[in-house]
Amino acid sequence: MFLKYCLKDSVPVTGLCPQAGSYGVQDSLRRGFSSVKNELLPSHPLELSEKNFQLNQDKMNFNTLRNIQGLHAPLKLQMEYRAARQIQRLPFLPSSNLALDTLRGSDDSIGFEDILNDPVQSEMMGDPHIMTEYKLGVL
Amino acid sequence: MASVSVCQYHSGGFSFENCKRNALLEADINKLGFSSPAARKTGTTICGVVYKDGVVLGADTRATEGMVVADKNCSKIHYISPNIYCCGAGTAADTEMTTQIISSNLELHSLSTGRLPRVTTANRMLKQMLFRYQGYIGAALVLGGVDCNGPHLYSIYPHGSTDKLPYVTMGSGSLAAMAVFEDRYRPNMEEEEAKRLVRDAIAAGIFNDLGSGSNIDLCVITKGNVDYLRPHDMANKKGVREDKVYGRPVTGSYRYKHGTTGVLTKAVTPLNLEVVEESVQTMDTS
Repeated sequence: MFLKYCLKDSVPVTGLCPQAGSYGVQDSLRRGFSSVKNELLPSHPLELSEKNFQLNQDKMNFNTLRNIQGLHAPLKLQMEYRAARQIQRLPFLPSSNLALDTLRGSDDSIGFEDILNDPVQSEMMGDPHIMTEYKLGVL
Repeated sequence: MASVSVCQYHSGGFSFENCKRNALLEADINKLGFSSPAARKTGTTICGVVYKDGVVLGADTRATEGMVVADKNCSKIHYISPNIYCCGAGTAADTEMTTQIISSNLELHSLSTGRLPRVTTANRMLKQMLFRYQGYIGAALVLGGVDCNGPHLYSIYPHGSTDKLPYVTMGSGSLAAMAVFEDRYRPNMEEEEAKRLVRDAIAAGIFNDLGSGSNIDLCVITKGNVDYLRPHDMANKKGVREDKVYGRPVTGSYRYKHGTTGVLTKAVTPLNLEVVEESVQTMDTS
C-alpha cells in the first residue's frame, strides 16, 4: 500500500490531451490546430507507453531505492540528474547528453532510440530564432 | 511545421506519426479490393536440443512473403556472441534487428564485466525488450549456448515469456519437429545422434509444413568451439527429382529402356524418290 500510493500517476492519461497555452486554451500558434479525434485515443497502443517509458523506469527505480536505502539516496541522485540535464547546447542543436547517459548507465547499452529516427540525422531543423526565443520565454 | 518543433527537441526511437494514416489507408484499400503489402515472415521450423557436451540448433532456410517464397536460402541462425547463437522465427526484420541489438548489448556488457557472456543474460535482455513492446515485435526465438555453467537452451515467445527446456521447437513447423523430438529424444546423447535427431526434426517440418522448405542448417555449440554447418543437408535440390533409381528418376518417366522388347528380325527397304518438278511460289507479304 505504501508503493501504490507513490506510483499512482505513473502513466499520465493526459499524455495526449492538448497542452494548455498561457491562457488555458489550445495554443494554435505554436501547436497547430486541435482535433478531438486525434487527442481522444492514441494512434497506436504503444504510443503512450513508449513516450513515458524512460520516465516510468526512473520513477520505479527511485521508488525501489527509496524503500531500500531511505530517502537520501534518490534525492542525491535526482540532484545529480538535474545538474547533468542542464548541460546542453543551444536549443536547436543536438546535444550528446554524455553526463546524463553516464549517470543513467545507458552509455553501454544500445536500443531502438539509437538506431531508428536518430535526431542527429533528421532532415528537419527547428527555426533557431523561434526556438531560442521560446527557451528564453520571450516568445 | 516550424511551430511544432518549437516545443521540444524530438528524441529517437519508434515514431507513431503514420499510424492513423495507415489505418485510414488500410480501410480504403480493402474497400477497393486490393490488399496491402505483407511483411516478409520466416514461417519456419527451428529447433534446438541439449546433448552431452553442448547444444545443437537447427533451422530450415525458407522465407515467405504472403503465399510466395521470398528467399530460398536465408540464414535463420543468428550470431549473438562467440558461445551463444539464436534461431529466429516470425517477422524476418524483427528477428534480425532484435538479435543484432542484443548481440551489441551483450558485447558491451561482456567488455564491461570482462567475462564471457552467459546465456541467461541474453535471455533476460531479450525477454525484457520483447515485453516492453507487448508482442508488436513478432520475433519467436530459440536461444542456445554454452557458458561457464554448462549448456543452456531457451525458447522465447513474441510477448516476452520464456521457457528453459532440454529440447524446444518454434515456428509454423514446430508441431512436426516436436513430434520427432518427443519420439526419439533422450538425455545425454552423443553428438552424432543429436545432429541426426535435429536434422530429422527439421526435415519433418520441411516436408510437412508449407511455410518451411529448402535446406537444413545446423549449429553445434560446445565449450570453446562452434560448428556452423550451412548447409548441413540439402533436402530439396533444384532440378533434381527425388527417388532416382539407376541414374534415372523413377517417377514421371514413361520411356522404356533400350532392349525391353527383344528384336527377332530386321528388314530395311529404301524408298527411291524421283524429283519430277520444282517450282517456287512467292508469298504475298503485303
